[in-house]
Amino acid sequence: MSQAGLERRRVLAAGGALTIVGLAGLSLPARAAALAATPSMRGGSNNYIPGAPVVEKIGGGGFWMSGTVRRAGDGAPLAGQRIQIWAHTTEGSERDMRSHGATLTDANGVFRLEMPQIVPALGQAHAHLAYDSGEFDTVFLRPLLPSPKATSLEAHFVLQAV
Amino acid sequence: MASARAFLIWTAIGLAVVLPLILAASSEYLAWRDPIYVVAGFAGILALCITPLQPLLVRAWPPGLRLPAGRRLHRAMGTLLVAAVVVHVAGLWVTSPPDVIDALLLRSPTPFSLWGVSAMWAVFTAAILAGFRRRLSPKAWRISHMGLVAIVVVGGAVHALLIEGTMEPVSKIALCALAICMALAGFIAPWLRAGRRTTK
Repeated sequence: MSQAGLERRRVLAAGGALTIVGLAGLSLPARAAALAATPSMRGGSNNYIPGAPVVEKIGGGGFWMSGTVRRAGDGAPLAGQRIQIWAHTTEGSERDMRSHGATLTDANGVFRLEMPQIVPALGQAHAHLAYDSGEFDTVFLRPLLPSPKATSLEAHFVLQAV
Repeated sequence: MASARAFLIWTAIGLAVVLPLILAASSEYLAWRDPIYVVAGFAGILALCITPLQPLLVRAWPPGLRLPAGRRLHRAMGTLLVAAVVVHVAGLWVTSPPDVIDALLLRSPTPFSLWGVSAMWAVFTAAILAGFRRRLSPKAWRISHMGLVAIVVVGGAVHALLIEGTMEPVSKIALCALAICMALAGFIAPWLRAGRRTTK
């Protein structure tokens, strides 16, 4: 009974995995053909301080903020784009300059910045991210943490050329 | 025997109000908040703690409480509730002006703030109406006060429940449920009495 159940589960898992791979293969080129720009989120620009410096790490670290930056339309990854990140953390409120920092995307359009643990503030635990460098339309994001205890968060930008 | 019962009831009322405050005071999140933010948060919790008391006081339900004293306490607690909401919003404004401006202009991305802002305006309107109470007919006063109170209690409870903050979750849910149950009991009590009078 348990053997049969296990077997069935394995078959289902393998089938599911194949389906996901198949669908991803089919849908990726189609999606990339007309990738829409990411709209700014309401409240995303709250407590923004322009010009935070590019840093290795904000404060003592421990929390990983990561994501990707791509071009609207063809979805091409954008290298060297400056993303500013700020949040209410264990080391300061989101109004404090020390809670702000910026990072640059790598050759694959991926950014990753270590920062102090985000704590819930004004209702829910959230981070702020901004693209505001002029080459593309400005985008402010304000994603929520899946849980106040989460130690990482992802946010993705699709930018529209000005 | 009667005094033991009275003691137990008053103790239960006291605990229902004080326990959520004590549990919130032991929250780990407080370590990462400015004093003004902490005061603002606790003013909000205090406001929530006052709401289940109001129907009890105005109907003088707890043992030993007479109607005139109950009414006076209800009015005092109502004033304290308005003051707590003012401190709550003002403190949050100092903590993060753009977030509070977004909330007040109803353009905040977080639904909890919409419930909170609704409850805030309802409590302010109830306070202003209370000032003009003598100019209103008893029926108009009762209907408007109950309608506003319903918005205050439901809005305040949903606002609190949606927040990830310093309140301990179980005590928060219990306090919100208590506030809603007490408000309902306060609303239907006169109807029940009237029904009993007419059937006799």
